[in-house]
Amino acid sequence: MKNKTIKVDYLARVEGEGALYVKMRGDKVVDVKLKIIEPPRFFEAFMRGRKFSEAPDIAARICGICPVAYQMSAVHAMENAFGMVVDGQLRALRRLLYCGEWIESHTLHVYMLHAPDFLGYPDAIRMAQDYPDIVKRGLQMKKAGNAIVAFLGGREVHPINVRVGGFYSVPTKQAFLPLAEQLKWGREAALETVRWVAQLPFPAFERDYEFVALQHPEEYPFNEGRLVSNKGLDIPVTQYDDHFIEEHVAYSSALHSTLKERGSYFVGPLARYNLNFKQLSPLAKEAAQSAGLGPVCRNPFQSIIVRSVEILYAFDEALRIIEQYEQPEYASVETHSRAGMGYACTEAPRGILYHRYRIGDDKLIHDARIIPPTSQNQKTIESDLRNYVEQFISLPEEQLTWQCEQAIRNYDPCISCATHYLKLHIDHEQ
Amino acid sequence: METKHKPTLAVWKFASCDGCQLSLLDCEDELLAVASEIEIANFPEASRAVARGPYDLSLVEGSITTPHDAERIHHIRRISKFVVTIGACATAGGIQALRNFKDVKEFIAIVYATPKYIEVLNKSTPISDHIFVDFELHGCPINKHQLLEVISAYLHERKPNVSPHSVCMECKLRGTPCVMVTQHIPCLGPVTHAGCGAICPAYSRGCYGCFGPKETPNTVSLSDRWQQLAVSRPDIMRVFRGFNAYAEPFRKESEAYEE
Repeated sequence: MKNKTIKVDYLARVEGEGALYVKMRGDKVVDVKLKIIEPPRFFEAFMRGRKFSEAPDIAARICGICPVAYQMSAVHAMENAFGMVVDGQLRALRRLLYCGEWIESHTLHVYMLHAPDFLGYPDAIRMAQDYPDIVKRGLQMKKAGNAIVAFLGGREVHPINVRVGGFYSVPTKQAFLPLAEQLKWGREAALETVRWVAQLPFPAFERDYEFVALQHPEEYPFNEGRLVSNKGLDIPVTQYDDHFIEEHVAYSSALHSTLKERGSYFVGPLARYNLNFKQLSPLAKEAAQSAGLGPVCRNPFQSIIVRSVEILYAFDEALRIIEQYEQPEYASVETHSRAGMGYACTEAPRGILYHRYRIGDDKLIHDARIIPPTSQNQKTIESDLRNYVEQFISLPEEQLTWQCEQAIRNYDPCISCATHYLKLHIDHEQ
Repeated sequence: METKHKPTLAVWKFASCDGCQLSLLDCEDELLAVASEIEIANFPEASRAVARGPYDLSLVEGSITTPHDAERIHHIRRISKFVVTIGACATAGGIQALRNFKDVKEFIAIVYATPKYIEVLNKSTPISDHIFVDFELHGCPINKHQLLEVISAYLHERKPNVSPHSVCMECKLRGTPCVMVTQHIPCLGPVTHAGCGAICPAYSRGCYGCFGPKETPNTVSLSDRWQQLAVSRPDIMRVFRGFNAYAEPFRKESEAYEE
């Protein structure tokens, strides 16, 4: 029997360092490992002994692509511990900041990391030689997302204006005017993006996933909601640890997360979309439908369309928030810390990001737990690869290797987060 | 006709958050122009095509934390004409250098169930502890305009124009009234390297030292002033023990306040 190995030693166009190893015996995959070889950084350890108020700025440094997500999960967990509610315009501004990060992160992925796979380019810069206007549009959309984060947060990477209780300072209504103009252009460009990605070639590949996302009765989820799935999970965030477990495997510096009862699950844009379709804005729903998407999409390669629909939603939602904005009297609500546990889950661009802290009477963090979306998707990525390679084993090796990389990039894995890289290796045993 | 050699750029990653290399992709208006002047030959975060070295300009992000990385950085030095380190991790060890003040074994046990799977060094160290570095760009994250300036300076064979003064100077240039004088907000601006554009004071917040120590910082005097503002000793220790905790002036100051 012929055996074969697919191996990619440094996976490109993902955020961080990873590798892939697939071992075949005949037509059967016998082993798949998505290896995360990013050096560990020990955030949960050095959070201990830091003041609760430092958590958002420290946690942000886990990931330069989605620092807002880390800040949002951190502040909501602290507020949960202290029994605080941050409401009204401050709550709306937090949604706005998140819209900026979704736009920036999703556009980076759609245009610069994922689309080149569909069109056969090694990167967006070479793609720009044949599609200059498209790549320029993507860059300008990304710039608009960054403009929200920089305006409200002070800068694009590791914003400085987020604190437990709200913000350090809040803008006047007037100050939003130039940004609103840029976002109106962005909304149109996002509509064109949905139309563009809908025409890309998609392999027929669907699986029966368990999708997990936040769900909120009135809105598409960012910072609040219950944790739900299409297979019966429906819990408050505070019960996360009762339902999910993390495993440490030898080949990865990221922990693998699974559902205790049912194993691997899927988080991110596809999960959010499938569980929250009805909460999208009419414009986003309509665009999804004209792109040929139903209310449920099970093909991870089409995540590029779903991501584009979410970009459109984020522009739309950002404009709604700006339109209804009235400058609040205070930039933050007063914080009265107390000892206890705090839990939060928010929707990072790549899926749910769970934070749990134990705070002492001394206002210090005594214990911290942070579970990023990529470590939650690792097992699902591995099973996708197992299925994909078996289904498409007749493809020439180079093409199959590239498509395996693409199958990984479907999840926009952020490996810096998950360890906080990817190499592909398909091994055909001789 | 003689064809001009297009210089090559490589981007390398060690222990980091990817935010500094993302700054290059965040140059939305300039990225395609940069790519027309310098060949992006090795940048795995952006491209699956890798051109073989040697490279003219290497940008290095991240700190050295594993035995493997301590070897890899020497290889990068050998195949690079110029090495520029970008960000607090590469220039000072980063936030992960907080382990340098503790026993790393304890840290591994807190995060990982099976510590024997994890192979790391006791300390997180800057790139310049391992190899000769031609230029260091500070910041957590770096300022993308400064990154463009470094690339541009390289292409024009001149020294990068990056000011070594303090964040205080940037507040004056920006016209922000001093938050420590007018609002009694503790601020690290007087001892912190410029580069961010003094964002925090403009948002009614004290500087928290993302760009690390400036040239000749008087940290002792600043800590005294903070104590007058009723900041506790442990809080002073923590503020110097941030993203640039292992940069010498900040390290010494935080150690002076250890209980």
